[in-house]
Amino acid sequence: MYSLSIESLQYSYDGQAVIDDLDLHVKENEIVCLLGSSGCGKTTTLKAIAGLLKPQSGTIHIGSKCVNGTDTFIPPQNRNVGMMFQDYALFPHLTVFQNVAFGLSKLSRADKQKRVDEMLELVHLSEFGNRYPHELSGGQQQRVAIARALAYKPNLLLLDEPFSNIDAQVRFQLISDIRSIIKDQKVSAIFVSHSKDEAFAFSDRLAIMHQGKIAQLGCPTELFQTPKNKVVAEFLGQGIYLDAKPSGNDSFQTKFGLVNSLTKQPLPSEHGKIFVRPSNIELFNADSGEIKVNQERFVGTEYLYAVELQGQQLEIAKPADNPLDLSKPISLKIKPHAVNFFS
Amino acid sequence: MQLKTNLSNWQLTAWVIGICLSTPLAFLIFESLQGESEVFSHLWNTVLWDYISNTVWLIAGVLVLSALIALPLGWLTAYCHFPGKRVFEWALMLPLAMPTYIIAYVYTDLLDYAGPVQIKLREWFNWTSPDDYWFFDIRTLPGAIVMIALVLYPYLYLIFKTALREQSFKLVQASQLMGLSPFQSFLKVSLPLSRGAIVAALALISMETMADFATVHYFAVSTLTTAVYDTWLGYYSLTAAAKISGIMLLFLFVALTLEKMSRKSKVVHERQSSVNDTCLYELNGKSGWIATLFCSLILVVAFFVPVGILFSYAIDYFDQAWNDEFFTYAWQSLKISFYVSFIAILFSILVVFYQRIGEQKSKSLPGKVSSMGYALPGTVLAIAVLLPLTLFDDYLNRWFSGTGFEPGLLLSGTIFAMVFAYVVRFYAIAHGAVEASFVRISPSIDMASASLGKNKFQTLSRVHIPLLKRGILTAGLLVFIECMKELPAALLLRPFNFETLATHVFQFVSDEQLELASISALFIVLVGLIPLYLVNRSMEQQK
Repeated sequence: MYSLSIESLQYSYDGQAVIDDLDLHVKENEIVCLLGSSGCGKTTTLKAIAGLLKPQSGTIHIGSKCVNGTDTFIPPQNRNVGMMFQDYALFPHLTVFQNVAFGLSKLSRADKQKRVDEMLELVHLSEFGNRYPHELSGGQQQRVAIARALAYKPNLLLLDEPFSNIDAQVRFQLISDIRSIIKDQKVSAIFVSHSKDEAFAFSDRLAIMHQGKIAQLGCPTELFQTPKNKVVAEFLGQGIYLDAKPSGNDSFQTKFGLVNSLTKQPLPSEHGKIFVRPSNIELFNADSGEIKVNQERFVGTEYLYAVELQGQQLEIAKPADNPLDLSKPISLKIKPHAVNFFS
Repeated sequence: MQLKTNLSNWQLTAWVIGICLSTPLAFLIFESLQGESEVFSHLWNTVLWDYISNTVWLIAGVLVLSALIALPLGWLTAYCHFPGKRVFEWALMLPLAMPTYIIAYVYTDLLDYAGPVQIKLREWFNWTSPDDYWFFDIRTLPGAIVMIALVLYPYLYLIFKTALREQSFKLVQASQLMGLSPFQSFLKVSLPLSRGAIVAALALISMETMADFATVHYFAVSTLTTAVYDTWLGYYSLTAAAKISGIMLLFLFVALTLEKMSRKSKVVHERQSSVNDTCLYELNGKSGWIATLFCSLILVVAFFVPVGILFSYAIDYFDQAWNDEFFTYAWQSLKISFYVSFIAILFSILVVFYQRIGEQKSKSLPGKVSSMGYALPGTVLAIAVLLPLTLFDDYLNRWFSGTGFEPGLLLSGTIFAMVFAYVVRFYAIAHGAVEASFVRISPSIDMASASLGKNKFQTLSRVHIPLLKRGILTAGLLVFIECMKELPAALLLRPFNFETLATHVFQFVSDEQLELASISALFIVLVGLIPLYLVNRSMEQQK
């Protein structure tokens, strides 16, 4: 039983497919991240789930209830989903307490009071019930937003880039706080982001979206180590493609020497390219070497060296205590890793 | 040293303008508090309370009806998608161009016993006399409420729609996701969030309602405005008229205070939304057509019926309406409007420029003082202007008495009085527009000009004015149009045998012969459409 199932979802705007035949299944009490660059259709998907827009075709089930189908369109107010907005969308004319109580109109006064108190305690804002949103810090506003979205026990929680307005220093603390609140409330959540760091920290599984489709769905390590295609590989980390020819079933011949793969895979025989991230490349001083460093940059814990390899720019790090001597020849080698080969 | 003398000249100019433009109001307040008047005591003991209560009911009625019309319209056009929405969005402002005396006349003509509607009804139902049936009488207080609300609702519509659009759509979406129906969201989210804007718009509408003279005069509903008019033209008692005006000033004060307070409480929200958020609710099928019908109904009743009827008059009576009078009065109106725009613009540039370069704490005071005239209803303004001018003429004539030279009513009996009154009233428009374009010029421009050896006057004439050209033209145009439309002040201040288009049309309205002035009336409506076009264009640009 899934808490959310989307099948063959299709949505076009001005003749352009924004969501293109999308399938997605979210398990109970699971946090799934829709990750992608802007315009990939992730926020549109979220809105379709919430009912804030109407897809042209496809089905959406929340739990066992069909909310969107051929002849069905349940309006947002009857879907019982919670949503946290990028700008939090707290009602500026209501207090924190009234904001959290907003969705609880069906409860009795006493039950309402009890539930709001419970929620405010959960987000550590019990003292702030009488404040107005503009009297709170960004992080506090965000916790009010999560309390409000969870107060009426939604079947599904949707989060639209909720961390993008938070300062970098406190962002990851907040991400882990909110993750544990969601886990604690045993609710499934869909989280939309364009930042892979947030996605890795927040979600159980992530779906990389590209041009209205899900390019790959899986847990973070899986996606990072075995991207199915170039879109996924490139999105998850800066890297370059090097011409490569398979040699044997676990190594590749490149211009920079033989690269050993830690994963064994059935290898095609033709030429292709391997995708290499900077972390797998090592620069070193040698007696002879062709590598030209364009720029050296010190960033505290390490040095970064800008180089150009087969027409592609990238920065490769060296520990601060072991820098390169730029007056001497430089060479590079590619460390053994789980190689991604694309023909 | 050079700088100092320069500055004090600018300061002097600004203050002279400020004092000139605020003199009438000062005289009015003084006279209404000090003067003794038998006429006023008589009125106070007899009919004045009826006038006050009529005024209060008129304002209350117009506010309620405007809200009933404008709030749904604002919500529909800001949040919903329905057939014709794009057109309605601007078309719903059109009634603002309709002077109330024209719409009042047209509907009286249409709905009177002798009008086509009642004639048709009598034909259908075989009624023969007024005793056979009941039909509402439009020339009453409720009738006046409907007429005025139909013309003034666009203020609330425009302000409310803008307020809704400025609010983040996400607030409404959030309330929806928490189980609220669209109507509940409107009541619990949109309405409270727009409270400040709504109060401000209602204050504006109540001020305009109180200032309206033509409809109530034509419908013979006695309010404070008509009382001022009648007291002056009937009893020639300036003091009594000033005292009644004083009561109106109290009303104005309340409205202005409300408006000020509501501005303060306004919470500004940045709207963050993507392309998909051009509408919140898609009104399909029946509900969409109901929305279209509602918008069309208001628009047809408030604008297209009166304009259509004016057109049919103009065609039927073309030979009589297209005459020398039209051209004479049009020319006189244009002339006066041109003088006033020119003076208002000149004054506002001088005052705003002093505001910019002045170093005194009081530098914005002349502008504020000068702008106070805008809130004054035309009749009140006329009385306020007459007070100092008649006093001056009086002195002047006494001064020359015995010399054989009689200056006569040099100021109060010539178009000087009209021009002065108009400048007092419309200065605020020019000031606002010029100020708005002045702030867009970065202060570093002034410094650059000074560093290149230009003095203040050279900076103003060679740098600022060329940069302000567009703003100045717009401001001038707005003042010009207001002058073309202004009626009550003109009625009270025009020299003997002098007519503007507005007084000309009103004359024919009073004589139940609007047909003969229909071209003039159409012309006034047409001129009134220009500022709507300008407002609409600037709103489109902001999107």
